[in-house]
Amino acid sequence: MTPQEIFKVLKAKFSDALIEPTISAAGGSASVGYAMQLWIQIAPDRLKEICLFLRDNNAMQFDYLSCLSGMDYSNGTFGVVYHLASIVHKHKIILKTFCTKDNIHVQSVSAVWGTANWHEREAFDLFGIIFDEHPDLRRILMPDDWEGHPLRKDYKVQEFYHGIKVPY
Amino acid sequence: MGLLDQRFENGNVFITSLDGLLNWARLSSLWQMQFGLACCAIEMMAASASNFDIMRFGIIPRATPRQVDVMFVAGTVTIKMASRIKRLYDQMSEPRYIISMGSCATCGGPYWEHGYHVLKGVDRVIPVDVYIPGCPPRPEALLEGIMKLQEKVRKESLLKKRA
Repeated sequence: MTPQEIFKVLKAKFSDALIEPTISAAGGSASVGYAMQLWIQIAPDRLKEICLFLRDNNAMQFDYLSCLSGMDYSNGTFGVVYHLASIVHKHKIILKTFCTKDNIHVQSVSAVWGTANWHEREAFDLFGIIFDEHPDLRRILMPDDWEGHPLRKDYKVQEFYHGIKVPY
Repeated sequence: MGLLDQRFENGNVFITSLDGLLNWARLSSLWQMQFGLACCAIEMMAASASNFDIMRFGIIPRATPRQVDVMFVAGTVTIKMASRIKRLYDQMSEPRYIISMGSCATCGGPYWEHGYHVLKGVDRVIPVDVYIPGCPPRPEALLEGIMKLQEKVRKESLLKKRA
């Protein structure tokens, strides 16, 4: 299925949770012939439900979460991007979900794809995005008692960590 | 044997200071901690392999800090790793030496400005005897660092009372 067809199916089933698909020029406007990828924006509180449908529906069978990334769009908006692939049907789709800095909660999909467990911990560690219902939402890269989330645009590194000076 | 080979016949006596003898023995068998942190460790392995063969300096990799004389801090020291390195250093028996291998271990290297996770020089947690520049240093540079350390050991005195 093409992403457009997948979107139509989703739109018919989850009309209230979807925002119109957006064509994002991943390679920039200058790169002619670069595959333009379509992504679908999903409400953060409907994510798990839609992901379960994408995984279990026979026409979809998105059995593989290739990538899960956190994003900071620097205007107080945070996002999570999901790259899904189906090994059976050989089709792909990109999902995005957005949240704000004041309400930085996204549904966890670690119960849908086991891969998401560590990926969500990473997004939590580096962006501070809180994945609701995650079984074990601890930091994964930085030390447990680290201050702040390093990949946020407004991140300022702490001066000392356990008496060791951190900045150069 | 090298140093003494073919020089004496039928057993002989030679005179040296006890410090000189001890230091000669120590600098000729600097056992090395068998651990590396990043790409510098690849060069360290190359130095161990047959082309460079640091074993001819008497450097034998040991897998426990209790049996080593020298630790090559070969690679990027993350802040999470810093406490582990400190612990390994504390477990080494004296006299102990540290060679900081490569830019990362010396000053943070390419991570000096934006590397929030990188310790900007291993000398912030343990004392360093020899710094080897390079990113990563060639095995020859490591050999020179080892010879610098040998010079340092040669000038020391284990017998003098320390303050």
